[in-house]
Amino acid sequence: MNNKFRVFLKGIFDVSPLMIPVVPFGLIFGVLSIDIGFSPIETMGMSLIVFGGASQIILLQLFSGGASSLVIISSVGAVNSRHLLYGAVVSEHLSDLKLIWKIVISYFLVDQAFARSNEYFKKNKDTNKYFHLFGGGITCWVIWQTTTFLGIVLGAFIPEKLGLSFAVPLTFLALLVNDFRKLINVIVIIISGLVATFGFNYVPYKAYVIVAGVIALFTAAILTKLVKTNE
Amino acid sequence: MIALLKKEMFNDRIREILSFVPSAIFPAIIFPAIFLDNSGDFQLENNPKIMASIIAMLIGIVSKNIIATIISGLASYWFLIFVV
Repeated sequence: MNNKFRVFLKGIFDVSPLMIPVVPFGLIFGVLSIDIGFSPIETMGMSLIVFGGASQIILLQLFSGGASSLVIISSVGAVNSRHLLYGAVVSEHLSDLKLIWKIVISYFLVDQAFARSNEYFKKNKDTNKYFHLFGGGITCWVIWQTTTFLGIVLGAFIPEKLGLSFAVPLTFLALLVNDFRKLINVIVIIISGLVATFGFNYVPYKAYVIVAGVIALFTAAILTKLVKTNE
Repeated sequence: MIALLKKEMFNDRIREILSFVPSAIFPAIIFPAIFLDNSGDFQLENNPKIMASIIAMLIGIVSKNIIATIISGLASYWFLIFVV
């Protein structure tokens, strides 16, 4: 077995355990998208083009609330701003690649693939190490597309009275479970939530997600600074 | 973004702040979806979403498990709607 393929398989193997929590997100996205009125092709198209769980679910939430395209695009952009960081962190390991391959690989740089491949890159210096990111990224891709498809199929059978739209706040709550134990994060969470709830009817263009996010992020900047000055 | 950015463009401070992005953005989706009704009015009484979210949050803090958090929240929501 050649080395490239071995590294590729290692990427698949390392990312696989992280795929279990992705399954409910894909299902929920597929079901809700059909529920809101998107066609199966549009739903599948979103998963193929955007390829990002939290951003796609936020898109549905804002779209169903009647937000404008500009607000939806900027909110999705804000949610995805963490990928700037991922790109910057892995770029030093991929500097030998041609531009076209950098663009291709950036499509697969999702949360789980980044987490696992970044660990691998730090420990391994061989020239084929980026196949690890391909392996992990393609695994995420297959799981995301499959569960979206299953959600589309299931969506046709799920009765509306189950109130499955409640799955949206629950999925985001689930993404924050590790942050509930840290005091600064808890303060930031409460500020963001309160600003969004009270601003919901007053912030124009349904831009409450952006406004709450920016205010909460400023709070995080101030609090982390205060903690450092007091140390 | 890998193609355009250099690592040096992000110092530790910016990285630290970016790590707060989920805590800053997700609650802006979570809170209104729990506390407001479809027309954007406060719904604080007879709202099973509040109790179900608290249960899901407690399960999440204890288990640190994403699937357990979602399932406990949905299960308690359905229990409150259909059984209680």
